[in-house]
Amino acid sequence: MTRKTRAIAGAGALTVAGALILSGCGGSGFDDSSGDTQGGLTSSDDALDILIGSSGEAETKAVEDAVAAWSADSGVEAKVSVANDLAQQLSQGFAAGSPPDLFYLSTDAIAGYAGNGSLVAYGDELANKDDFYPSLVENFTVDGDFYCAPKDFSTLALIINTDLWEAAGLTEADVPTTWDELAAVSKTLTTDGRVGLAFGAEYQRVGTFMAQAGGGMVVDGQAAANSPENVEALEYVKSHLEDGTFAYAADVGAGWGGEAFGKQLAAMVIEGNWIGGAMSADYPDVNYLVAELPAGPAGQGTLQFTNCWGMAADSPNQQAALDLVEYLTSTEQQLAFSEAFGPMPSITSAADAWTQANPDLAAFLTGADYAQFPPNQEGASDVVSDFNAQLESLKTGDPQQILDSVQANLEAVVG
Amino acid sequence: MTLQVRTPRRGASSGIRRGEGVAGWIFTAPVILILGVFLFIPVLMALWVSFSDWSGRGSPLSPSVGFVGLDNYAAVTTGGGLAERNFGIALRNNAWYVLLVVPLQTALALFLAVLVSRAILRGRGFFRTAFYFPSVTSSVAITVLWLFLFSTTGVINEVLSWVGIAGPNWFNEPEGIIHAALASVGITSGPEALTSSGFLGISWWEWLAGPSFAMSAFILMAIFTTSGTMMLLFIAALQNVGAELGEAAMMDGANGWQRFWRITLPQLRPTLFTVLTLGLIGCWQVFDQIYTGTQGGPGKTTLTPAFLSYQSAFNGQEWGQGSAIAFILFVIIIVFTIFQRWVLRERPVSKRRARQYQVKGQQP
Repeated sequence: MTRKTRAIAGAGALTVAGALILSGCGGSGFDDSSGDTQGGLTSSDDALDILIGSSGEAETKAVEDAVAAWSADSGVEAKVSVANDLAQQLSQGFAAGSPPDLFYLSTDAIAGYAGNGSLVAYGDELANKDDFYPSLVENFTVDGDFYCAPKDFSTLALIINTDLWEAAGLTEADVPTTWDELAAVSKTLTTDGRVGLAFGAEYQRVGTFMAQAGGGMVVDGQAAANSPENVEALEYVKSHLEDGTFAYAADVGAGWGGEAFGKQLAAMVIEGNWIGGAMSADYPDVNYLVAELPAGPAGQGTLQFTNCWGMAADSPNQQAALDLVEYLTSTEQQLAFSEAFGPMPSITSAADAWTQANPDLAAFLTGADYAQFPPNQEGASDVVSDFNAQLESLKTGDPQQILDSVQANLEAVVG
Repeated sequence: MTLQVRTPRRGASSGIRRGEGVAGWIFTAPVILILGVFLFIPVLMALWVSFSDWSGRGSPLSPSVGFVGLDNYAAVTTGGGLAERNFGIALRNNAWYVLLVVPLQTALALFLAVLVSRAILRGRGFFRTAFYFPSVTSSVAITVLWLFLFSTTGVINEVLSWVGIAGPNWFNEPEGIIHAALASVGITSGPEALTSSGFLGISWWEWLAGPSFAMSAFILMAIFTTSGTMMLLFIAALQNVGAELGEAAMMDGANGWQRFWRITLPQLRPTLFTVLTLGLIGCWQVFDQIYTGTQGGPGKTTLTPAFLSYQSAFNGQEWGQGSAIAFILFVIIIVFTIFQRWVLRERPVSKRRARQYQVKGQQP
């Protein structure tokens, strides 16, 4: 053996040994967890690990308190951790075979994790299954399986700066209910250095116009990105980006719609429930009202955004996790969360109490009746981000051409 | 088997050197072990993942994971779908980044090094520290600083407005600077020859778009932050360049410019190679600025292969494709390094050049 071949052989032996060690580390999990299985869910005495992607201290504290209360009640230990990069930490957990038991799960991630078997579809086991809004249930249904309980949701609405509104001589009767009215008030509100309506350069805002025109990304399970309705919607947006009455938030120098609105660079924005927290924290002096988005040629339309309580297939104590989810999505608890950090309850039984507590925000909840959601198929988030990249140059682009390319990409993932 | 000749075994030493080999292995064992566990094995596992259909759950070495050959590589290079297009865009962006950052930072570093090496400069220590300072600052901190400086109403645009230039909306402007320049003289769409065909899912016209304004800001940042480090390497090399050759050249009547190009620079060749290699590797691996700054936006114009690799693995659950991108990137870096080594190789003096040095009348 020459020195070289010996070195190679040594390195090879090292590799094999190391690989065995590593695979040994990764192999533990579902197969050798010591739990009993009841009704398809595992059960054991193990403590629960809960991973959340928190919007801030208020949310962290609310979730921690709720989990602690449940823990004291049920006798099962539970620990809440806050992720700083949820997608990465979840992926690491799944790869290592030791994921958190419960975690926030977004609609764009669900199909990927469901596809590789990381999630357990526990939706049908929920006692309060029928209480959730049907569109939210649909949002978390992959290949016919209802995977996880929607934890709360938000919709988009039209946020109007009331001071600028009155200064422009507009009254409450002028709140736009059609595209033409929206264009008219935007024109009235546009002044030097301020646009009438601003929104982010992304499908997650522009998509509301597509919904109002009767279009959508996926209709009846088919990719429909380049439908005439969608083209009409983008033509409408493009024409007003061109005449300067609408603008993307970035083009007026703001990071997002809320910032454009708070800095009064725009008199109206299309934003969701989360704008309330930003306004009271950063721009308390700006007065505003929340109205439903105007109807397009095909009626009203908006988009909804939601997260669910994902449950790991590798969790040894799914029974307890299910119990915790039922607790966290109960009417009382959802109203408490809503009060603490703003989102809307995902269950119909809390709707009346929520509307009573937040009469000014009622438009958000009304939107649930006609809200669409971004496509949740595996790979769809890449399609949407490619769409967003193209939307940034909508002003100079061709709507038909943009939507044709989105359609080609979408067909590849919707199948 | 009678003709066996006993030859002394190579490496088996005798006498005073006996046992040194064992001691050597023992001394290097910790490093070999650490490198093996934290570098060599992960790299091999990633290589395996790039050839497998591992979906991100459980160990990639478990029996349920299948070998799919070059499928992942094919998906990002010839698939015709979004994966290929994204990879094309990422390569385009990074190629422009490399093309602009590497020469500019090397030139700037050399310029600064020559400047602070001059004996007559007062306060050399101060300047050296000042130029080096950006290199020791965390890239995340500098990225955040850059986001402020280049915001629409930021300092850069303010300064530009003093000289009558309406600054672009830097980090939100997806248009390439070459396209923007062409648009300013009225050319907004490319010739048929460039738009009809392309490579990796994007047309030649898009390849030639140039870095977007957002990417240009990152390019300036890279030049600003890394020139200091490279300058240090050049300073060290300049100190090893003896003054004699320069003096001799001066006697022969070479001016300062000639002395730099003909005497100093050739002696810096090994350092130049180091600086260019480090620059190339660093530029092809650009990740943290993108991750903290723009996440690939606006319009995917700051997407780089390194970030795309991360994104397709962790967000898209396409682990195989993510690893495949990483290994393609690895090959690109190796090829560039070899190419540049070849360009900067020591050449024998050409006959034409040799003739110039010969004293007249002595020609054979």
